[in-house]
Amino acid sequence: MSKVNLKELSHQDERLTGGHRLCSGCGASIIVRQVLHATEDPVVVGCATGCLEVSTTIYPYTAWKDSFIHNAFENAAATVSGVEAAYRSLKKQGKIDGETKFIAFGGDGGTYDIGFQSLSGAMERGHDMVYVCYDNGAYMNTGIQRSSATPRNASTTTSPAGEVIPGKQQFRKELTDIIAAHNIPYVAQASPHNFKDLVRKARKAFEIDGPAFLNVLSPCPRGWRYPEDEAMDLLRAATDTCFWPLYEYENGEWNLNYNPKEKAPITDWLKPQGRFKHLFKEGNEYLIDEIQERTDRRWQEILHRCGETE
Amino acid sequence: MSNKVALTGHEILANAMRQINPDVVAAYPITPQTELVQLFSQFVADGKVDTDFVTVESEHSAMSATVGASAGGARAMTATAANGLGLMWEVVYIAASTRLPIVMPVVNRALSGPINIHCDHSDSMGARDSGWIQLYAEDAQEAYDNALQAIRIGEHEDVRLPVMVNMDGFIISHAVENAELLADKDVKEFIGDYNPDHSLLDPENQITVGPVDLQDFYFEHKRQQIDAMENAKDVIADVAQEYKEMTGRGVEYFEEYKLDDAEIGILALGSTAGTAKVAVDQLREQGVKAGLLKLRVFRPFPSEELVEALKHLDVLAVMDRAETFSTTGGPVFADVRSAFYDAKSDVEVVNYVYGLGGRDTRVEDVVSVYEDLQEITASGKVDNRVNYLGVRE
Repeated sequence: MSKVNLKELSHQDERLTGGHRLCSGCGASIIVRQVLHATEDPVVVGCATGCLEVSTTIYPYTAWKDSFIHNAFENAAATVSGVEAAYRSLKKQGKIDGETKFIAFGGDGGTYDIGFQSLSGAMERGHDMVYVCYDNGAYMNTGIQRSSATPRNASTTTSPAGEVIPGKQQFRKELTDIIAAHNIPYVAQASPHNFKDLVRKARKAFEIDGPAFLNVLSPCPRGWRYPEDEAMDLLRAATDTCFWPLYEYENGEWNLNYNPKEKAPITDWLKPQGRFKHLFKEGNEYLIDEIQERTDRRWQEILHRCGETE
Repeated sequence: MSNKVALTGHEILANAMRQINPDVVAAYPITPQTELVQLFSQFVADGKVDTDFVTVESEHSAMSATVGASAGGARAMTATAANGLGLMWEVVYIAASTRLPIVMPVVNRALSGPINIHCDHSDSMGARDSGWIQLYAEDAQEAYDNALQAIRIGEHEDVRLPVMVNMDGFIISHAVENAELLADKDVKEFIGDYNPDHSLLDPENQITVGPVDLQDFYFEHKRQQIDAMENAKDVIADVAQEYKEMTGRGVEYFEEYKLDDAEIGILALGSTAGTAKVAVDQLREQGVKAGLLKLRVFRPFPSEELVEALKHLDVLAVMDRAETFSTTGGPVFADVRSAFYDAKSDVEVVNYVYGLGGRDTRVEDVVSVYEDLQEITASGKVDNRVNYLGVRE
């Protein structure tokens, strides 16, 4: 696999055009563009219902230069399974030729929650597709409701921080690990602030024969409550605090892709975001301690699994 | 060369699917459809078809993958029953709205609850407003004939809609019948190649399927769907005519059985039409002018043709193997009665809901309906507009 080179990427045409209606500062379009830079083959894009889909395909317009299908909220993986099956059958019969790649995009709601069964089925069956979850940690499009990807104590409209309950009660589901347990060839966690890492992972995902899954942290100014122009700083904080470790699972091997020289305190990640504001009120220090403790434990697990500790 | 066989309904329908040789089948097993999927799996395993068989994890994904495959330019099929159709629900509507000519056998079964695996039409009747064409069969032969015609109907350029091929669970699906299968090459020639105008898999002509369709266009798209359903009427008739010329079998929208000079009549669909034919024969021997209209096409609803065929009756009983819980009768009854209203006809139309959850409907049960109709004719009085046949009350 060739190295990811910014100069080379800058000469490629964008496959998601400008003029889509995603919010400024949204991570989804950045992720899509970076991922699509990773292949030169034609792709068929499937998309779950969500921010990305509703903002890019308002009839009679489309922001997609590749063929695109949206079916429903929970079935992007099953839908793309069907398109990929059509490709295999028609190719076998000599009715079509050339290489086409298949990709499905879903937000965390359409991936971790309602689309989970469809995703699990498609991964288990081994369809040659790349599934990309742009994980912004809530149902942002419908007004910021909690999902199973929402971090503990985040204040959302269905897990609001109140007088007696300080935001979401549960820690987020580790979907990347769950998909790895499907024994598929390639699974990775990435972040668009580290574009080299993301494009490299996307390239690997496209090139591998069989299903691949990328879980990509996707900043959301509306839901996370931060200034729009600070998205990349915030993502850097996510990896520096080890809230969002960058790792991959390839043919049974775990690899760590980023190990901060100095692990930053979790407050670097929590403090800039309005959804965690209540954690910094007097008397709530224990909540931050709990999150720190959990993050540390999880980081140790990842280090161990990736062979980075004794 | 056709081939006479004695097989179960499932074997006959599985052979139709083998002869159609769809590019993609995505299916999940559910009683009583299970055997159909199993038989088809064997054809795939034996290399008898070019199909890519997607063994999905649910009916929801079965319909989702079938939509994906069809949008990818493939001839795509699935099959289901009862709760499986219920689980597909949302995507069933999307398949029709996306104008994808998917063909789906529905092996009719009661929709829970409580759970019941036997035949009634609550599954497909529940999907009557989803935008699918619906064909019903009296027996396995007809289910076979409908399946082949469904491909032509759905794919027709004026239609482009999905088609449900309904077959009564167990009663038809699991019983052995004599039937005539066409030669493989005749089926191939009849259905032709599928060359859709648009496909996700044409990199030279990229398309967007299933965009956001808001106030400014959604209504027009629904109007186009209605046009397609209206067009389907002619196409169904033309395809039936062509099929009849080839096989000697087939009707357009319905079969009229001893209806010409009938004074009392029953309208039924599915396997009960066969039972009703025996009842009609018995009554005719006694000099009773009884007739039957067996409905093959429920969506689109052949309203005018139906009234034309039935308007000379004194009394008509509409048989419904499903309830609507409107307290005003079953789904077929609602449409038939509405059709008669426009015709300003004086035919009395009554409703019999029967056979729910597989409750056996015997010849004598149907005879008892005709006896009720005779009483209405004699008295000129309808005591019960909606009746429940064969229920313990």
